[in-house]
Amino acid sequence: MMLKTEPFVLNIGPVHPSTHGVFRMRATLDGEVIIGLEPVFGYLHRGIEKLAEERTYGGVIPLTDRLDYLASMSNNLAYVLAVEKLAGISVPERAQYLRVIMAELQRIAAFLIAVGAFINDCGAFFTPFLYMFREREKIVDLFEMVSGQRLLYNYMRIGGLSQDVPDEFFPALDRFVRQMPAFIGEYERLLKENEILLARAKGVGILSQEKAVNCSMSGPVLRASGVKWDIRKVDPYLVYDRFEFDVPTGSVGDCYDRYRVRIEEIRQSLRIIKQAMEQIPSGAVKSDVPHLIHPPAGEAYAHIEAPKGELGFYLVSDNSIAPYRCHVRAPSLMNLTTLREMIIGWKIQDAIIIFGSIDITMGEVDR
Amino acid sequence: MKFEHYGIGIAKGLTVTIRHLFRHPVTVQHPEQRLNTSRRIRGNELVWSRDRCTGCATCAKTCPQGVIQIVTSVDLVGNKYEVAKYEVDTGYCISCGLCVESCPYGALFMGYAYERAKYRRNELVQGKEDMMLESGKKQPSGYFYPEIARELPRQTLLVERITEKA
Repeated sequence: MMLKTEPFVLNIGPVHPSTHGVFRMRATLDGEVIIGLEPVFGYLHRGIEKLAEERTYGGVIPLTDRLDYLASMSNNLAYVLAVEKLAGISVPERAQYLRVIMAELQRIAAFLIAVGAFINDCGAFFTPFLYMFREREKIVDLFEMVSGQRLLYNYMRIGGLSQDVPDEFFPALDRFVRQMPAFIGEYERLLKENEILLARAKGVGILSQEKAVNCSMSGPVLRASGVKWDIRKVDPYLVYDRFEFDVPTGSVGDCYDRYRVRIEEIRQSLRIIKQAMEQIPSGAVKSDVPHLIHPPAGEAYAHIEAPKGELGFYLVSDNSIAPYRCHVRAPSLMNLTTLREMIIGWKIQDAIIIFGSIDITMGEVDR
Repeated sequence: MKFEHYGIGIAKGLTVTIRHLFRHPVTVQHPEQRLNTSRRIRGNELVWSRDRCTGCATCAKTCPQGVIQIVTSVDLVGNKYEVAKYEVDTGYCISCGLCVESCPYGALFMGYAYERAKYRRNELVQGKEDMMLESGKKQPSGYFYPEIARELPRQTLLVERITEKA
């Protein structure tokens, strides 16, 4: 006798610890295997793009902090680069170097959270996560020293930075850069060869090179699929063309490769910070820009390599004090588009890992 | 997945965990032990100088949230503006610090305090008397004022507290 079976619809989220915020996956199950998936988002929509239209160009900077709240410095940087391109403002050399240092520190901090949360999803409950938070805390301390806050830094300004770093910043940064490789080695000993992690993440959620390019993926997810694409190399902004660093790539494009690429990226970011600390000149950190700027009518798009991928700001000006239109090309949203292809065919417990390996922030997806 | 020797990776990882038993803790017990915050902390209050403020309202125009309210009247005897009302609803304030940076007369500071929880929402509205620098009750932070920052205690850094090699 044949039992009559039918697919079962399971809602994962929107309030579930493994969905990294308020994300909902409407999964159709055949037993334990996922045969259909519908991502549902929009629970954290705050209308930031619309709010930007009624604020002055300088007043939008605190809003960009709230997009990807784990990488506020990168968001600040992408936005001010777009405004500077629109209005044709030049930035002093010292400010450019400091921006590079801040952006790279922010990348390290964001990758630590990404890896920690991914390992957490794999079942290593909060021990590695808190080890990584300890190193992130050191970076957050440095950001607190320069900007005065620990999460929403609001440090970049149009034409430079809000203020120069204090005297005690560079000794502390030097100490951090010297300490950090030992701690990366600790993470490697802790997890790199862990059999449980290997069994759960190797070969799971493979994203082919072709599909990754076709779906306009970016950042570590794209590089794990074997595409050597980094905005800092292919379209250098600030002073990135003066530094020597490698672009780490994966081979297969599975969850393990994405984790490896992120660890390798931390090492490369440390290399960039070391070189920037040696080369940094003295001088002003902000060019003479008035509080209210009237950029000429036109449009500009600036993009940077944010921790999650290519973060771009598209601005349209109508020669008034506020942007006519502000659009954010959010890497988290773009990287979510392949979620369905990666998950279908795997079981529920694999879906959590695959979703965690993409590393998204819901603040950026919904905006 | 097939492994040649199952368990070696896990054992390696456990050595790291065991080594953590002999390390100093990185956390502190908050209400009893306190770390120094940044000298530039953007605390959740504003400090306003009655003597330096001219009532030009640049801060109110710069504020992205529009929470600063200023009412001025003309003082004919002194031939200047009298600031009749200066009010900030700190419940709406996002502590971005743009008002402090924009003030042309150096009359506005971020506050150094950060434990400012209130029981009622209307208590968050700060008036002239609550924010006044001259009353001596408020400690301004060094945000955008390096000469104040130099006087404040040095920030405790985790990177300096961890001394042993990993």
